[in-house]
Amino acid sequence: MTNIPVEGIGIPGEKPKFQPPPGWKRYFSFSTDHKVIGIQYLVTSFTFFLIGGFLAMIIRAELITPESDLIDRTLYNSMFTMHGTIMIFLWIFPSLVGLSNYLVPLMIGARDMAFPRLNAAAFWLIPVVGILLMASFFLPDGTAQAGWWVYPPVSLQNPGGHLISGQAVWILAVAISGISSIMGAVNFVATIVKMRAPGMTFFRMPVFVWTVLSAQLIQLTALPALTAGAVMLLFDLTVGTSFFNSAKGGNPVLFQHFFWFYSHPAVYVMALPAFGIFSEVIPVYARKPLFGYKVVAVSSLLIAGVSLLVWVHHMFTSGTPGWMRMIFMLSSMCVGVPTGIKIFAWTATLWKGKIRLQTPMLFALGAVLMFLFAGITGIMLASVPIDIHVNNTYFVVGHFHYVVYGTVTMGLFAGIYHWFPKMTGRMYYEGLGVLHFWLAFIGTNLNFLPMHPLGLQGMLRRVSSYDPEYAFWNVLASLGAFLLGISTLPFILNLLGAWVQGEKAPDNPWRAIGLEWLVSSPPPIENFAEIPIVVSEPYGYGKDEPLVENAAAVRGE
Amino acid sequence: MESSVSSEQVQQKVHQESEHTHDVQGTSLFGFIVFLLSESVIFLSFFAGYIALKTTTPDWLPPGVEGLETHDPLINTIVLVSSSFVIYFAEEALKKNKLTLFRLLWLLTSAMGIYFLVGQAIEWRGLPFGFTSGAFGGTFYLLTGFHGLHVLTGILLQFLMLARSFFPGNYTKGHTGVTEVSLFWHFVDVIWIILFCLIYVWQ
Repeated sequence: MTNIPVEGIGIPGEKPKFQPPPGWKRYFSFSTDHKVIGIQYLVTSFTFFLIGGFLAMIIRAELITPESDLIDRTLYNSMFTMHGTIMIFLWIFPSLVGLSNYLVPLMIGARDMAFPRLNAAAFWLIPVVGILLMASFFLPDGTAQAGWWVYPPVSLQNPGGHLISGQAVWILAVAISGISSIMGAVNFVATIVKMRAPGMTFFRMPVFVWTVLSAQLIQLTALPALTAGAVMLLFDLTVGTSFFNSAKGGNPVLFQHFFWFYSHPAVYVMALPAFGIFSEVIPVYARKPLFGYKVVAVSSLLIAGVSLLVWVHHMFTSGTPGWMRMIFMLSSMCVGVPTGIKIFAWTATLWKGKIRLQTPMLFALGAVLMFLFAGITGIMLASVPIDIHVNNTYFVVGHFHYVVYGTVTMGLFAGIYHWFPKMTGRMYYEGLGVLHFWLAFIGTNLNFLPMHPLGLQGMLRRVSSYDPEYAFWNVLASLGAFLLGISTLPFILNLLGAWVQGEKAPDNPWRAIGLEWLVSSPPPIENFAEIPIVVSEPYGYGKDEPLVENAAAVRGE
Repeated sequence: MESSVSSEQVQQKVHQESEHTHDVQGTSLFGFIVFLLSESVIFLSFFAGYIALKTTTPDWLPPGVEGLETHDPLINTIVLVSSSFVIYFAEEALKKNKLTLFRLLWLLTSAMGIYFLVGQAIEWRGLPFGFTSGAFGGTFYLLTGFHGLHVLTGILLQFLMLARSFFPGNYTKGHTGVTEVSLFWHFVDVIWIILFCLIYVWQ
């Protein structure tokens, strides 16, 4: 089948309401097609990934020697603040939303998202956020420098006295990104709850859809708390109110509560869809049904629920009373239960499977392995005595990067490689994919593993110079970072090359089971010639039952 | 939906709803409720902030301020809460196709909303403290201001729905819109009741 829009597809006698321009131009248009928006998200966020990565290279280049000799300390503060901000708000969130945007309607048998115009509007706010953040480099006092968590009183400092300071622009940009996320969350929840194809019961939804639903429910219930905190911080900064300004009777710890009430669960907004990707990829390349499908599906909701009750573990050293520390230590450790269930399920799926180690599988397995490590250090950090010892050190940085790079970014790569043939109609180059994996896997471990001993030895984060006794691990970490930077090159080369002149992809190159693999690669506008009627559970590998009743009609045959 | 639905039935549904494969109005209303969920978290955060600051700040009230006068805000509250009943009857009138009654009651709701806003503006003018008067001044104006912004939004949406009711072609779409605006209004009312108890009753 072709990807050229077919007149009135699925609706005999009627033209689709909106047709994007043909070819590459569609990606520069205000398209309401979820597939176009999905790719717009992915490409835009990847561009910011490169910028955020470039800043990381500068940071690691500065830290390769103990002295602060490459950039001055003010600029160094800008570098780590913007690196964190860009990677979180302009890479991980939007790229996951992009992948989800592309896949969710296809996976649940819908023609589009519930609110296509809202969807497009949510995407177009992302470049605005990016431009605002980038423009803040040119302000008289430079960008925000208080780190991505913008704790007052540091974030309330405005020595230049300018109304439009880097910090104010930062808050504005993050608020706009928050609005975009809320718009997206409303859309995803409405789409998943209300627009599933006939027969697609909740327990026939792919786990990826479950994880997206859980992640977006977190966005809806937690993100507004950060928005509230940001509004109050902006007023403190610009008009002189005293919500968080202790000099004027405010309470700076209150901001930490607002911040972490969202920013802890936000880790699961990032990690859950990555878990969804593992749950899709592993059964395909192990040729086995996902072990414990229903439990894995429900564990996503459990993770989302528990994640809302653990934020104070980020504040064990913020004057939190002992009884509260105990409660939050225990609740934080509880997150290990549903996440452990997932890891056991993936492992059990691999057990006696016919494993094919193609690029998506390599990335998925590598990411699961690194997530296992991140989970263990996470439990350590939830433990009050250890947390107090390593608080604000590189141990935390190492743990966090195992989550956001090792798990989420590697998981995203697994997803991008896995669905690349579906999205573009072309096959990627396997050799380059494998090269990318090994460079990234070695780079990640070389970069972030040394941060753990550094933290245990007491090296603080967010410093541009350090005691020479920390030099050995820092040199290793920097070499790992550069390797990680280099690993991105085969990825770019692979995808660009394959998109332009790769081998044509069949509809279902991996012999995978899922509604998205029933239609052509890339899928036609409005996805299905006829809405699929789902008759069985997903992941029926090795079973002899069809997924849908009307497969031929769905393809328009 | 059950798997027993045949493909003919699905296609029939596609035809009936012209270009949609799902219940568009139901989805829109559901999406709106989901949106209100996130709105309520913002208000809850502000409330939590208010409680935290009130219970931890040593000099809670600005110097020279004894407390808030509650007489006029109480009348304001009664008017706003009553408007929730009026908008309910307006919606009922529309369901029974009594368009004129709907418009009258709908307009009355907006008028009560405007009364509330004007009343609040008069109260603000007479207050001896400002936005930057310590944690109390900041939270007071933040909470009442943010709520007032929602009242204003509600009134603007009411005008929009009223205007749409004059275009017969939009009637069915207007109906979902009316339900949503009405829901929003109830939401704004409930928030005000909590806010009133928090700020004016618990002094």
